Amino acid sequence: MIELYSLLIFMIIGAIIAIEAKDLISSVVAVGTVGLGLSITFLVLKAPDIAITQLVVEILCLIVLIRATIKEDLSFSTSGRWAFSTLITAGFIAVFLFVACKCLKELPEFGYPTMRVASTYLKEGLTETGATNLVSSVALDYRAYDTLGEVTVLFTAVIGVLAIVRQVGRKKS
Amino acid sequence: MIKEDEKGMSLIVKTITRLTAGLILLYGIYIVFHGHVSHGGGFAGGVMIALSFIHLMLAYGKEVVFRKLSKAAALFFVTLGAILFLGIALLGFAKGHFLLNFISKGEPFKLFSAGIIPYCNIAIGLIVGAGFFVIFVALVSLKFEKEQKE
Amino acid sequence: MIVYLLCLVLFCTGLYCVLRKRNIIKIIIGIMISEYAVNLFFILTAYRLEGRSPIFSPDADITNMVDPLPQALVHITIMIGLATIMVLVAIAMRIYEKYGTFDITKIRELRG
Repeated sequence: MIELYSLLIFMIIGAIIAIEAKDLISSVVAVGTVGLGLSITFLVLKAPDIAITQLVVEILCLIVLIRATIKEDLSFSTSGRWAFSTLITAGFIAVFLFVACKCLKELPEFGYPTMRVASTYLKEGLTETGATNLVSSVALDYRAYDTLGEVTVLFTAVIGVLAIVRQVGRKKS
Repeated sequence: MIKEDEKGMSLIVKTITRLTAGLILLYGIYIVFHGHVSHGGGFAGGVMIALSFIHLMLAYGKEVVFRKLSKAAALFFVTLGAILFLGIALLGFAKGHFLLNFISKGEPFKLFSAGIIPYCNIAIGLIVGAGFFVIFVALVSLKFEKEQKE
Repeated sequence: MIVYLLCLVLFCTGLYCVLRKRNIIKIIIGIMISEYAVNLFFILTAYRLEGRSPIFSPDADITNMVDPLPQALVHITIMIGLATIMVLVAIAMRIYEKYGTFDITKIRELRG
């Protein structure tokens, strides 16, 4: 388990660097390292399907973010009363973590999941669907409605970006 | 190729891109097709197909890529993938309920097994690949408009 | 239990960035970090000690696999997160084109 802890601490340090860097390109690169560390964590947790997806999605996010921020730099300015809002935010996060500590005792212990539904998938997945990749058979045969909803979300995102970016009708202003 | 030397990136990047862009596209298609036998599936393979075209666009500029895959053709592939996925889902009505796995399941570890799962993977790969390519072209053309106005 | 707590600390880091920063790109980065933490939390509940990944292989007989149900759900959620980030970046670029800055305290006009 020591590699899991060290990867998590690496991700937390990368996230802290990403939010405190003054240069925008530096923080985008730091978020990139957090995503790649997450991909290695998925490999350690025996989920290689998710690791492939996380890796390529991270690369696409990095390309789009760098393309959007390549000329604008951050003008660093803080006004007064920032100590008050920082205290309120820190207090809220402390209360959130304290309540989460109490709730996390109800979860089953790490490493012993209660697989009530998944035991059926493991026993009869190969004979009922014929696919040897169980993650694909769960996502596309047992829970195909979720995939249909996700395809709808992707389609709406394409239409949404094309509607935000369009130039027709802006020549008058 | 002389007057296209001003756009895009330097000569080293262009040479390496000429070697690797086709391999990335082929690997993405392989991961889409073998989604039910090995790791991967429609989503990861679709993003890889989109990344190969974005790789070409970053190295060579917009005009070279639009000769291979124009914006109208990419939008056509997005809608074709969506109609294909819905069509496969509606065909399940013939034997029972919506989204029924009605094609016969062959033996495991072969390419044409597992019912509707390979065809669903191909449809999802088309939607995801062409969709993210269209999104990236739209974002880049907004950027170019802004640079010409300043 | 410590593993779950570290995952929630990562989520709180992203939440702090969304609440306290005044640059739109930093807010988008905070949303990305929170989304990574939530995906990691789901995969952490699905791990089984001495488990194997849920793929059959033609020569070995595998009995102890990790839970495949949260992995399928997270597979779908990663793509939805990517679509959300794309729409956010498009809105941010539009705001820069109209107001000339990324600072959210200077964007105060509501006319269209």
